[in-house]
Amino acid sequence: MTKPKNSYGFWKAFRDFFIAPKEEQNGGVKERVGGLRHYIDKIKPSFSEGGRFPWLHSTFEAFETFAFTPNRVTKRGCHVRDAIDLKRSMIMVVIALMPAMLFGMWNIGYQHYLATPSPLTSHLSPLACLWFGFIRMLPLIAVSYIVGLGIEFAFAQIRHHEVNEGFLVTGFIIPMIVPVTTPLWQLALATAFAVIIGKEVFGGTGMNFLNPALVARAFLFFAYPTRMSGDNVWIAADLWGTDAITSATPLAELAAGMRPSASALDMFIGFIPGSTCETSVIAILLGAILLLVTGIASWRIMLSVILGGGLMGLLFNYLSPLTSNLSTYFEIPFYYHYLMGGFMFGAVFMATDPVTAAQTNIGKWIYGFLIGAFAVMLRVLNPAYPEGMMLSILLMNCFAPLIDHCVIARNIKRRQKRAIVKSKATAQ
Amino acid sequence: MNVKKLLIEPLRKTNPVTVLVLGICSCLAVTAKLKPALVMGASVTIVTAFSNLIISLLRKGIPSRIRIIVQLVVVATFVILIDQFLKAFAYDVSKQLSVYVGLIITNCIIMGRLEAFALSHGPGESFLDGLGNGLGYSLILIIVAFFRELLGSGTLLGYQVIPQSFYEAGYQNNGLMILPPMALIVVGIIIWIQRTRHPEMQENDKK
Repeated sequence: MTKPKNSYGFWKAFRDFFIAPKEEQNGGVKERVGGLRHYIDKIKPSFSEGGRFPWLHSTFEAFETFAFTPNRVTKRGCHVRDAIDLKRSMIMVVIALMPAMLFGMWNIGYQHYLATPSPLTSHLSPLACLWFGFIRMLPLIAVSYIVGLGIEFAFAQIRHHEVNEGFLVTGFIIPMIVPVTTPLWQLALATAFAVIIGKEVFGGTGMNFLNPALVARAFLFFAYPTRMSGDNVWIAADLWGTDAITSATPLAELAAGMRPSASALDMFIGFIPGSTCETSVIAILLGAILLLVTGIASWRIMLSVILGGGLMGLLFNYLSPLTSNLSTYFEIPFYYHYLMGGFMFGAVFMATDPVTAAQTNIGKWIYGFLIGAFAVMLRVLNPAYPEGMMLSILLMNCFAPLIDHCVIARNIKRRQKRAIVKSKATAQ
Repeated sequence: MNVKKLLIEPLRKTNPVTVLVLGICSCLAVTAKLKPALVMGASVTIVTAFSNLIISLLRKGIPSRIRIIVQLVVVATFVILIDQFLKAFAYDVSKQLSVYVGLIITNCIIMGRLEAFALSHGPGESFLDGLGNGLGYSLILIIVAFFRELLGSGTLLGYQVIPQSFYEAGYQNNGLMILPPMALIVVGIIIWIQRTRHPEMQENDKK
């Protein structure tokens, strides 16, 4: 075992990092090697087998590949590569989530200041609202990332895998789909549950059949229902803590048999209480445009979710004369379903998760359509679950492999038939 | 007769729940609280042990074509005895367990042990095997029920374990633990831990 020399001090590292790129002899060619690259190469032996921190190998590798494209190349077989990889697509989704996140932060503050009247006129200023929301969101995001990444790194290390970027998006989405007053320990528990039971037991990123962020939300929903639904969780009472100001979301109002008090336009822009970042349809649509332009999310799924929800809404409108007493929910215009709750967020960011969605094109239409239809059906017909989107996506996640299987089997059958007809025709 | 092997192995490496994955249904149904789980475990142990004994005694006289129905008659007799006993002396628990006492008849562990063991072994061995398997089942039931009651209700055997000050500080019972899916997940975690500790139990996929 050779211990690397520990003469590489802070100042030297700092100098290499920022000031002096080194020239290195590499196979006879003089190459300018950047400071960070040099530094990473220098400390690399410490993290390899026989170094001082072999148990941090995966962690080190994760940061190395985060900073630089890996220099390893494929040795066997043919591979078709293009510029997009897991890291890039994940980062793109995070960027697409930013408008919803920013609006969500602002809305947390806006709802808070609206519910706590103050003589100051400046208290509703956008910056004050954004700042309040930022302070509220920061611990949620931090807890989600620290717990989730901690577990991911630990698993990667134990299994001698590389750390991959699957959690980047999951960890960002989890705080966006919970009420702002969710206690941090509950969020930590839910994140741990989602990462371990929802993902790692199946083999990690790409092997899970349920959307991990929704597993976290479902865990919270069933484990701590009083903190996840009802009227007492949506608006933060203070800058810190779990106290809430009573308010009803449009979905809760409808479940109670009233029409939503917010106008359609307000709901479209997002001036309503709800889970932190799901309220604004505009902000979500901005993200959707980015996802569609870059080709990261499937337009078939998004469109079919919206179609499924809309048609189901229209069906209930048509049925409403037949129902005598609980008809408010049946009567509301079908597009209200898009504006309330997490429908659009689910359609754009959660149903389109490439791992858990259907993979075939026809399968995507079926999968998306049923998500939308079930979500609206759950909302209208089951007053115990005011929001149907989460359960609907999780349900269809379970069925996605079956849908794909049927689509592929049907395709094979059809082509076989065609081949037989053709061979008969040529035989004659 | 290897008493130790017959009694101890079913607790560990041939555990009916975590290795053979039998008797899962009642494991989900009765483990929300520790008390019914204990009673259920004891009932299944008694039924398995004694029906194993009886069938083993009868094994030379049972025509193999009708053996299942003979086994069912024996098992049903014990189950009804247990059911009546519980109704007489532990009415509350009997009500909590509801149909699941009667459903012991269909518990796969019992039929499995009768078919796989009692029909081909002597009465003494069969009795011990039934006892061991019943205890293996009870062990898992008790572990699952322990965690479900502790985390789901904050109690153990009905007594509050988690101090009131925790609740005042914002702690909440985990409602998911009360729901049956969590029993399945807890059993899964037990299997996971068991297989990690005994790598020889893992199936080798690459054959």
